[in-house]
Amino acid sequence: MAKTYEPIATTTLGSAAASYTFSSIPSTYTDLVLVFWKLTSVGAQCSLQFNGDTGSNYSNTSVSGNGSAAASARASSSTSISLENALISDATNASINILSVMNYSNTTTFKTTISRANAAASGVNANVGLWRSTAAINSLTVLSGGSSTFSTGATFTLYGIKAA
Amino acid sequence: MATYIQIGSTVTVGAGGAASIDFSSIPSTYTDLVIKGSFRVTVAGPVDGVKISFNGSTASFTNRSVAGNGSSTFSESTTAARWVGLGAATGATASTFSNFEIYIPNYAGSTNKSFSADAVSENNATAGYNYLFAGLWSNTAAINQITLTPDTASSINQYSTASLYGISKS
Repeated sequence: MAKTYEPIATTTLGSAAASYTFSSIPSTYTDLVLVFWKLTSVGAQCSLQFNGDTGSNYSNTSVSGNGSAAASARASSSTSISLENALISDATNASINILSVMNYSNTTTFKTTISRANAAASGVNANVGLWRSTAAINSLTVLSGGSSTFSTGATFTLYGIKAA
Repeated sequence: MATYIQIGSTVTVGAGGAASIDFSSIPSTYTDLVIKGSFRVTVAGPVDGVKISFNGSTASFTNRSVAGNGSSTFSESTTAARWVGLGAATGATASTFSNFEIYIPNYAGSTNKSFSADAVSENNATAGYNYLFAGLWSNTAAINQITLTPDTASSINQYSTASLYGISKS
């Protein structure tokens, strides 16, 4: 039986890194799912870029809760998609992220992400992101945020989902 | 091996109801676990919470959530609650069940276990709920058992279901 939900690549960091990139993403899937778990050197909020684009071509809207208040935030014309409004990871408190990118390889539409970020020590977040480019996504970079680095042991896994 | 595969069979609660739903002897061969549930419970009110325990332990859990009920939003933080889902209760419209999905990455690893859960309850009445949970089990043991129970001491109704899936990264 053909696989519909396939691992594309996975890594567990052997040393600290300010970012991690999945490159040469094949165009043969319909959607992508990214799952990652991380500790960071200092308190940080991670973000996402596509195809090495560091321009102000990203935006996001989020709803979040920090345990005492719910909030919603929005950022436009940003240099990356912020994934962790209202929560942080640090050297002792991990965060997990689950992110989907639908129709990532089409060359007609801008690319939308939907994601969840969770850190029981600080907050929970649901987020929609937009990359204003019609290019097919062939690489995906997760940035640790600020001056932080992903700690050794952080895990990143990219899955591809086929519609047929 | 398939990447997203059901472990065991879907548990469907029978006519007598059930105090809990339990997944035991979970193999350590997957990367992440996903549980999808559909619950109705016997407690009074529009909805009740669903709690999780790992390996028979109810200790060392923390939880943070954000939620909306159609008229307001709120966020909560607890050090004892183990909430991961919702169950439509006796005050909800008949034949209506709440749904939830729990994602547990690296469940068999040697770190503390973080998990994510989304839960919804909608019954075309005044009370609807949409919850997002972030949970942490501060225990480095591999998870080999998962138990779901209603928050209040009540029973899970007939036709409630829960399914466990394993996701492999290779």
